[in-house]
Amino acid sequence: MKQPIACWLIVALALFAATLSAAEQVSSLRGHAVTDDSDAVLNKQTLAVPGGFNVAWEEQPPMIPHPIDKYSIDLRQNGCLKCHSPATFEANKAPRVADSHFFDRDGNPTEKVAPRRYFCTQCHAPQAGAMPLVENVFSNR
Amino acid sequence: MSDANTPKTSRTRKATLVILLIGVGIGIIFWGGFNTAMEATNTEEFCISCHEMQVNVYEEYTDTIHYTNRTGVRATCPDCHVPKDWTHKVVRKIQASNELYHHIKGDVDTPEKFEAERFRLAQNVWSQMKKTDSRECRNCHEFDSMDYTKQEHRSSQGHQQAEEAGLTCIDCHKGIAHSLPMQYDPEQDAPGKSVFYTRLKDPHAETATNASN
Repeated sequence: MKQPIACWLIVALALFAATLSAAEQVSSLRGHAVTDDSDAVLNKQTLAVPGGFNVAWEEQPPMIPHPIDKYSIDLRQNGCLKCHSPATFEANKAPRVADSHFFDRDGNPTEKVAPRRYFCTQCHAPQAGAMPLVENVFSNR
Repeated sequence: MSDANTPKTSRTRKATLVILLIGVGIGIIFWGGFNTAMEATNTEEFCISCHEMQVNVYEEYTDTIHYTNRTGVRATCPDCHVPKDWTHKVVRKIQASNELYHHIKGDVDTPEKFEAERFRLAQNVWSQMKKTDSRECRNCHEFDSMDYTKQEHRSSQGHQQAEEAGLTCIDCHKGIAHSLPMQYDPEQDAPGKSVFYTRLKDPHAETATNASN
């Protein structure tokens, strides 16, 4: 009875070790191990571009042209709405949250930003100005 | 006559002088002691010796730019929450006795109790800062010493507009060092049109009391 358990333990350990070494071997396109936090690109500063970025296709969620590290989107608050909400966008000269964000999935209008659109950064991303790692022929409209 | 009086007068004078000197000495010691004690209550260490501060607002603050930043300059609790000049400082210290009272009563001694009061407490600080034209912020941040050309486009634009409109720091910069209350709604806080300076009742609490009625 004791032997099989010991066997299984050894197999499990071996598997664990194999996974660990495999994770070390996987490297990003920049040549760093995926587990390496010291990759300089991860700490690149966010671009601040007055006027914003062009969109590459008609329905593209506009990219965020400024740093967002001081704003949080959580249970309490959505920091983006400080400037982009219907009530505040004018005073802050910021783009207003698009009308499409005020409908639930069944097409019923909502009073506030629809919950499914609440997490802005799911679609809108800030840009770091890192060079593309693979050739990309996509261009501005 | 005058001859007989001379020694007595000089003795009185001497005594007066000695008493005066002793008075000055005691004065210096007491004043120094008072100031040292007041300074001791003006340290971050003292503030977070109450667990109400330590587990709630201090924890939150350690995630913000006033705790760690590029240049390594840190603003601690008293830098933002206690006035620098003497008169206002003493007034604030006297008000703080109320905080001591509630600490002893244990009114916010759990995170849940603190959370329940957060909206009211935050509004106290906001309206105070609005009233003093964000005096404590301006100990370090002054419009006059800002180089707008060195700021990010949005900040530069925002600060110049705010200066023209006579707004103050707290009008835009709420919740920069601590979590915002659940009830805070950025849409009701447009700079210059904020509803949060006049004491608002907690909307949840209101519905709760209505329901109980």
